[in-house]
Amino acid sequence: MAETILSKRPKKEQKIDPEIGVGLSWKTIKNQKQLILMSFPIVIYILIFNYVPIWGWLMAFQNYRPALKFSKQQWVGLKHFKFLFQDDTFLTVLRNTLAMSMINLVLSFATAIILALLLNEIKVRFWKRSIQTISYLPHFLSWIIAAGIVATSLSVDDGIVNQLLMKMHIITEPIMWLSEGKYFWGIVGLSNVWKEVGWNTIIYLAAITSIDPSLYESAGIDGANRYQKILYVTLPGIKSTFIILLIMNIGHILDAGFEIQYLLGNGLIVDWSQTIDIFVLKYGIAQGNYSLATAAGIFKTVVSIILILIANSTAKRLGEERLI
Amino acid sequence: MGTTTARRIRIEPILFHTINGIFMLVLAIVTLYPFLHTLTISFNEGNDALRGGIYIWPRSWSLQNYKAIFLSGTIYHAAWISVARTITSTVIGVFLTAMLAYTLAQPHYLFRKIIGLIFVLTMYFNAGLIPNYFLIKSLGLLNNFWVYVLPGMVNAFNLIVIRTYIRTLPSGLVESAKMDGAGDFTIFLRIILPLCTPVLATISLFIAVGSWNTWFDTFLYASSDLKLSTLQYEMMKLLGSTMSSNNDPGLMAGANTNQTKAMVTPSSIRAAITIVAAVPILFVYPFLQRYFIVGMNLGSVKE
Repeated sequence: MAETILSKRPKKEQKIDPEIGVGLSWKTIKNQKQLILMSFPIVIYILIFNYVPIWGWLMAFQNYRPALKFSKQQWVGLKHFKFLFQDDTFLTVLRNTLAMSMINLVLSFATAIILALLLNEIKVRFWKRSIQTISYLPHFLSWIIAAGIVATSLSVDDGIVNQLLMKMHIITEPIMWLSEGKYFWGIVGLSNVWKEVGWNTIIYLAAITSIDPSLYESAGIDGANRYQKILYVTLPGIKSTFIILLIMNIGHILDAGFEIQYLLGNGLIVDWSQTIDIFVLKYGIAQGNYSLATAAGIFKTVVSIILILIANSTAKRLGEERLI
Repeated sequence: MGTTTARRIRIEPILFHTINGIFMLVLAIVTLYPFLHTLTISFNEGNDALRGGIYIWPRSWSLQNYKAIFLSGTIYHAAWISVARTITSTVIGVFLTAMLAYTLAQPHYLFRKIIGLIFVLTMYFNAGLIPNYFLIKSLGLLNNFWVYVLPGMVNAFNLIVIRTYIRTLPSGLVESAKMDGAGDFTIFLRIILPLCTPVLATISLFIAVGSWNTWFDTFLYASSDLKLSTLQYEMMKLLGSTMSSNNDPGLMAGANTNQTKAMVTPSSIRAAITIVAAVPILFVYPFLQRYFIVGMNLGSVKE
């Protein structure tokens, strides 16, 4: 499992020196005492912070009440899961999550690949680096700052978006962008692009750099122009990177993001802005309905794992690089 | 290409590069304008800014917004907590991640595979908000400074980046040091760590930026303790107050007790805090650029 998604990187060889020996024996354990001492505390840390909480999943099958002991909790089977799928709020929240995820997925892949292709065509090093540095900038700022900037840009009184659109005579009076649900998904999608497009191109640019230059030369000799080279050399060259990232992202399809929706959402557009994470926060932390919120969380995790496995095995069947 | 004499082949590249150049310029403007605008608003008088029509040059210069921020005790303390959590998380996080990465980079290490698996799996699932909340609660970390440091201290992505980097170092280094009688911990500390400076810079940036930018942990685990409020959390409260414009958070209340009352507004204060919160990052990241590009690509290497 040691391939890389950078196609030019040589495969790692992990030859084991037969003289040292790695069988499980007291001698090896004694030899590796320091390695064990260096790693086990951190492993225990990970077990506590990442694996112990899974125990909490049992709450989803109980009417959990914090005051009671574990043995006194009332078991209710799948009640909370059934409730979720009959609950209009949850179904709306699920729809919003899926919609915003899909929009983010398509937009972020498309814009990152296009920007990488265009950046790659820039031959002046200084110019290319400047554009890159600028495009990374929003990635390093918090969503609070970003959401504040988005809110300011979209404001009715003097937001730049309304002003521009009015100067160009596309609209005649300012639009209240954040008060109408129909705009919200688009706003979230574009905000994500603004914040992450530069960052997302890094990996594609690396993949493009690792394409064998002789491929371009021979394409040139065959009479390929710029666009044909992009279509027949560059795009196939970044295909495996694209597929790995796609698999990884499909696993996060129910993570539509949380911060921007939470920060920009308001009472008027709650039917478009709430995601599963906000639902969990609202029911769980704010209203103390821990069991229901945990059930929603489990649903999210299980769907992610199933999707990752499906995407991975599809990639395997198509003979593509895969994750697991 | 384009070495033939046919004119249409010569025109095409010029046209392409012109259009590409214009596109990049637009991209740069769209990315930068919001910051310049925010910077301008932060240096403009609050009430005047409400009239609108300010782009990238202040109409009525004023330092009142910054004065209001720096005269209110809240922001100092919040900034101090932000700095403290960022430094603590970065130092501890980088050291522990590197130490574990070193052990996992040793091809003979007995538990290399199983530990690797334990970590990689954490990338794909999460117990969820509620179980995590109960864990934090039962560990006694609610309203405790360490809740900012402990939960995300070592993560799989950073681990993979450092481990991949350590593997590119010549393996003879470790072996010859062993011959000389050095233990693994000494080798890690004296030989590997110094050689890892570039990748450690990358990971430090990742951890520091993450820690500096988070508000959610304050919101969830420490919101009832004002002493643990962070810069981002203060901004979050301000953002809420400017969007619903009814409740005044502590910072505005603090600002209004000063003589600055008439000149600052929640949005002008927000602009100034945005700048205060963004400046440290804006100064650091361009210098680390070449490192984090490498880091990103090492991190995408799978195992």
